Amino acid sequence: MPSPLVEVRNVTKRYGALTVTRDVSFSLEAGEVLGILGPNGAGKTTLFNVISGDVAPESGHVLLSGVDVTKLRPHERCRRGIGRSYQIARPFGGLTVFENVLVAALFGAQSAGADANARAVDVLDLTGLRSKANRLAGGLTLLDRKRLEFARAMATDPKVLLLDEIAGGLTEHEAAEVVAVVRSIKERGIAVVWIEHVVHALVAVATRMLVLAAGAKLAEGDPKDVLASADVRRVYMGIEA
Amino acid sequence: MTAASPRVERYSTGGRVGLVLAAALVLALLSGPFWLPSDAMRLVVQFACLLAMSQMWNLLVGYGGLVSIGQQAYIGIGGYALFVLANQLGLNPFVSVPIAGVVAALFALPTSRVVFRLSGGYFAVATWVVAEVYRLLVANISALGSGAGVSLTAMLAYDKGTRESITFWLAVVLLIVTTGGVYWLLRSPLGLALTAMRDSDIAAESQGVAVGRIKLLVYVLAAFGTGCAGALYFMNALRISPDAAFGMDWIPLLFFTVIIGGIGTIEGPIVGTLLYFTLRQVFGDYGAWYLIALGVVAIVVMIRFPRGIYGELAVRFGWRFFPIQRILREPK
Repeated sequence: MPSPLVEVRNVTKRYGALTVTRDVSFSLEAGEVLGILGPNGAGKTTLFNVISGDVAPESGHVLLSGVDVTKLRPHERCRRGIGRSYQIARPFGGLTVFENVLVAALFGAQSAGADANARAVDVLDLTGLRSKANRLAGGLTLLDRKRLEFARAMATDPKVLLLDEIAGGLTEHEAAEVVAVVRSIKERGIAVVWIEHVVHALVAVATRMLVLAAGAKLAEGDPKDVLASADVRRVYMGIEA
Repeated sequence: MTAASPRVERYSTGGRVGLVLAAALVLALLSGPFWLPSDAMRLVVQFACLLAMSQMWNLLVGYGGLVSIGQQAYIGIGGYALFVLANQLGLNPFVSVPIAGVVAALFALPTSRVVFRLSGGYFAVATWVVAEVYRLLVANISALGSGAGVSLTAMLAYDKGTRESITFWLAVVLLIVTTGGVYWLLRSPLGLALTAMRDSDIAAESQGVAVGRIKLLVYVLAAFGTGCAGALYFMNALRISPDAAFGMDWIPLLFFTVIIGGIGTIEGPIVGTLLYFTLRQVFGDYGAWYLIALGVVAIVVMIRFPRGIYGELAVRFGWRFFPIQRILREPK
């Protein structure tokens, strides 16, 4: 049986006495969109940090196409195909939008010269940033910063894309745009893991849903079933059954 | 059928003007020994050394985000390496200048292992402490003249004209290598990664930039350039002592030239160094008043123009004589 594209195996992460991720496992295939839900402090972003390599777990493994990448540095994981965005946008403020994306194309996708330029332009088109290519990223609006996070992650030529609350704080219309872009990424055969509180945006595109609570996996499965489960309604939505 | 693709523009009119001006200046300088008086030549050498140190500090701090207040370590190591190579090992002193830079870079490797354990303000303090350690070590080695220092006796082998001319030409080469080198580096993909790291090293790392390796590379390159500049500075002075070489006095000087000139630009340190030498020539004989004038200029510029003098001009008039940006031009 071939290995799944991404496999998270029994990951546990503690900060001192606080266990923020507790024995979490899941796997993902190309073209899947896994939505991750959970209350604040459930360990969603920490899980991303473990996958992208920003933090090292106490135990457990992260595998990419069957290869253990748990010990690799974030930039090495990026080059192997793990792309991510940050919940709080971290633009390179002194560079233009085009140059921001070019960094990802040059170093993440490891393309060079004209190829890197073309990749950057392609991603700017995808995310609707092309007309702002020459603006300094430090001066962008919230929506454009989120687009840029997304564009940079895409420009690294990922096999799997980790999106951390890219629809948070956006208007209804803007969130719908984000959903459309995620759908087009899925159609390119890229796996997506998406942390989001805007549940209807997530439901619109997720093929599977995973709910975290207090660091542990509470539910996983078909989005509709997961949202209907009594545990999820109680823990996440505060609805007593 | 594909639509015409946009092209990436690297040079502006200002950039072409900058290159022509720089080339004209270098040519004019190369002929300097044939028409400049001795004291003017010594001044140009000092200027070139300080500008080189400033460009290196600007590379570290303004682009690399590595706020070091200990670059005097490499000024001193470069300077002393020259004296050891030329006086004690009998090497040609002029050839020893780049070798002294290499020695400084070699010292930077183990030093980085210590200071890179820390970041931000702690990193800054650590670099300063390390520089003090090097100063104390040198001051306690009698073969290096202990605290009193040594003279560059190797230079006695050359007559005054030869000595001054070659020192001067080395200074011109130092200017080309440091300012030109920084310009070339910043225009390369590595320069893009460097600026990205300065703005967010976490995001840069997640975009595939090998942050640790690039920081080390920049630190070692800056040590090399600073070491060469230190060697040439003390070759020009013909004498070195631990306090002059490893003294903390260098740092406010670099703060002045880089921050007042315009940090994070290549033009800034040039403007800052020119301003410093102008003030020194005009007020240098007034003792304490000279220092007060320097301080007043620094305070006024920092309050009125936090981007520095060139930084302010660049924003206000869109001047870029050393453009490093990549402008995406859509087809007409």
